[in-house]
Amino acid sequence: MKLLDVSNLHASVETDDGPQPILKGLNLTVKAGEVHAIMGPNGSGKSTLANILSGRPGYTVDGGEVMLGNNNLLNLEPFERAQMGIFLAFQYPVEIPGVSNMEFLKASIDSLARARGEEQPNTANFMRTVRELAGSLDLDPAFLKRGVNEGFSGGEKKRNEIMQLLLLNPKLALLDETDSGLDIDALKVVADGVNRYRNQSNGVVLITHYQRLLDYIVPDYVHVLSNGLIIESGDKSLALELEAKGYAWLT
Amino acid sequence: MGKSSVDDLVEAGSEYHAGFVTDVESETLPPGLDESVVHFISARKDEPQWLTDWRLEAFAKWRKMREPNWAHVHYPPIDFQAISYYSAPKSQTDGPRSLDEVDPELLRTYEKLGIPLHEQAALAGVVPDPAAVGTPEGTNIAVDVVFDSVSIATTFKETLAQAGVIFCPISEAVHSHPDLVQKYLGSVIPQQDNYYAALNSAVFSDGSFVYIPKGVRCPMELSTYFRINERNTGQFERTLIIADEGSHVSYLEGCTAPMRDENQLHAAVVELVALGDAEIKYSTVQNWYPGDENGKGGIYNFVTKRGLCAGPRAKISWTQVETGSAITWKYPSVVLRGDESVGEFYSVALTNNRQQADTGTKMIHMGKNTKSTIVSKGISAGGSENCYRGLVRISPTAQNARNFTQCDSLLIGDQCGAHTFPYIENKNNSATVEHEASTSKVSDDQLFVCQQRGIETEQAVSMIVNGFCKDVFRELPMEFAVEAGKLLEVSLEGAVG
Ligand SMILES: Nc1ncnc2c1ncn2[C@@H]1O[C@H](COP(=O)(O)OP(=O)(O)OP(=O)(O)O)[C@@H](O)[C@H]1O
Ligand SMILES: [Mg+2]
Repeated sequence: MKLLDVSNLHASVETDDGPQPILKGLNLTVKAGEVHAIMGPNGSGKSTLANILSGRPGYTVDGGEVMLGNNNLLNLEPFERAQMGIFLAFQYPVEIPGVSNMEFLKASIDSLARARGEEQPNTANFMRTVRELAGSLDLDPAFLKRGVNEGFSGGEKKRNEIMQLLLLNPKLALLDETDSGLDIDALKVVADGVNRYRNQSNGVVLITHYQRLLDYIVPDYVHVLSNGLIIESGDKSLALELEAKGYAWLT
Repeated sequence: MGKSSVDDLVEAGSEYHAGFVTDVESETLPPGLDESVVHFISARKDEPQWLTDWRLEAFAKWRKMREPNWAHVHYPPIDFQAISYYSAPKSQTDGPRSLDEVDPELLRTYEKLGIPLHEQAALAGVVPDPAAVGTPEGTNIAVDVVFDSVSIATTFKETLAQAGVIFCPISEAVHSHPDLVQKYLGSVIPQQDNYYAALNSAVFSDGSFVYIPKGVRCPMELSTYFRINERNTGQFERTLIIADEGSHVSYLEGCTAPMRDENQLHAAVVELVALGDAEIKYSTVQNWYPGDENGKGGIYNFVTKRGLCAGPRAKISWTQVETGSAITWKYPSVVLRGDESVGEFYSVALTNNRQQADTGTKMIHMGKNTKSTIVSKGISAGGSENCYRGLVRISPTAQNARNFTQCDSLLIGDQCGAHTFPYIENKNNSATVEHEASTSKVSDDQLFVCQQRGIETEQAVSMIVNGFCKDVFRELPMEFAVEAGKLLEVSLEGAVG
């Protein structure tokens, strides 16, 4: 079953010097149960793709189509896309001072439940679940009382994103360099979290620079994004090849 | 990207939820101010001669004074002759002010104001269960309601009386406890303190009076709701709270007004006196009508509030959440005269559309080892102007005085302004004065993060703003904290499209 279908996507970023085209006719299909790794040089448009799929302001779609199941995503507000099951783990998680992690997560899960006509979880159960999740990712429960990402270390921020992934259990997870800035142990913890999340009905788009992560989260496909286009696709062996040869041989 | 970016959010006007007019028959004095008006008010309240004289003295001083113009606010000149200085619901002018005689229209007013249900029941004359009073949860609150110029109902009087607490309209205290009123009225804020205080001293209508006897912990929260209803009236209430040695009281004040096209003047005076080891906690949620999105109408809130820590180890804290008024000019202050006395000021001031706020505090350290804390959170949205103005004065006698000030501003959109004017006058080398300030914005990124987790824009803004205010909300009594959070949400409705 097709989960995500991106066809011929053209998009530009709004800069001070006017719009600058970044994605130039990108195609990508993710079926339920699949993990797609996206690699590629700095500045090639990987984060732009994830941002556009989730509806971040600051970009213009110049053409093409993005479907999540039967829904055309491009006309929806970011919160509507989230309610439909799009999740973005941020490359640079943002701080929200004064809003505790726990409070934020409750607001999130309640909003998602409300939008889907489901019952909102009871607070005590919810807090227990969150504490257990935090523990499973080696996050001190004291983090839950602190402001969202407020004063978290780089690695803590990334683990926090994965905790949210596990709690919210979306249809499609866009993980933007969730491995960067992690020490070896944290990398395993995060990879383990993603593997726990994976199942036959959801999908993962995994943006990374390092083949090392793919030893832990084994992808079904590896794509190379360069200059706004996917220029090469293959299985996990492609990542090993890239590790050895770099990107130059492809362009 | 539609509603998702901050710039797009700061457009339409907000809706004022307390903007109804109550249709009650009232007795209103025609506009204008001269000595005869002062005489009329005093006579209407059957006041003793000393008070009539006191008012006239204040009036004479006021006539020689000029309106202050140093605040960072702009408005056309006020015509003090166009204002009516007395308005009272007619049905209350005769007979005893018993609860069951409260006009049903007024009760509906409280309902609309969102006064908690148990208080409504009390206001409606339901006798409280004495066993339930003063429960640890503090669910009972005694309320005094001031409607236009007159205090119309005070609840839980008997329970309070058992504890020796006096909580009644000041007009009543003038008769029942003249010695206390005469001793303390104007003792913290002298008649000529400032232009509006002088005006208030001359024409004050009503307000609350509180006396907590020595060593008594007031068994419940005390609360006053102020409501301006009549057109063209000013409200000049006067509150006097005295906490005798070793006593403790927490007092809440709420304010609303109907939506009117013209501006209305509110010039209140609040005086607090904490004797040795006494503590007064004074909380305000102010939601006077702010005017429409173009700045038409709204309340001019020119208020003088000051507390005196008269004895050693006395403590006064002001906590305020200000979302209303077209113009706010207000500096709740503490005079720290007693050694080791403590003054606190926690404030959230939110302005939207064309609102202007110039607010802050003064901490006057006189005693040794006195300590003050100032936490001010200013939130500006729309095209509003929000200004913090604070003075910390350390007198030569204030050995080892300490002050900590934290001033944070949060901007929503880029059409609004935030300004900070901290003044420090330190005349004692042993003092420690610390000041921290920050300005931040509700960023597109923060909003996007919330939305990406399924939280809708309006709720996201309100969550971020509430987070920003947390240090102040923590200081409010529980029930008020919830109310304050909701109020911010409502007041920001315009700012989030
Ligand atoms: N707000 C912006 N203003 C100007 N240019 C931008 C903006 N956002 C992205 N770009 C440009 O778009 C291009 C693609 O950026 P993007 O962040 O998608 O790259 P990336 O593939 O994720 O890179 P990296 O591997 O370094 O994370 C870059 O050249 C970047 O400078
Ligand atoms: Mg990137």
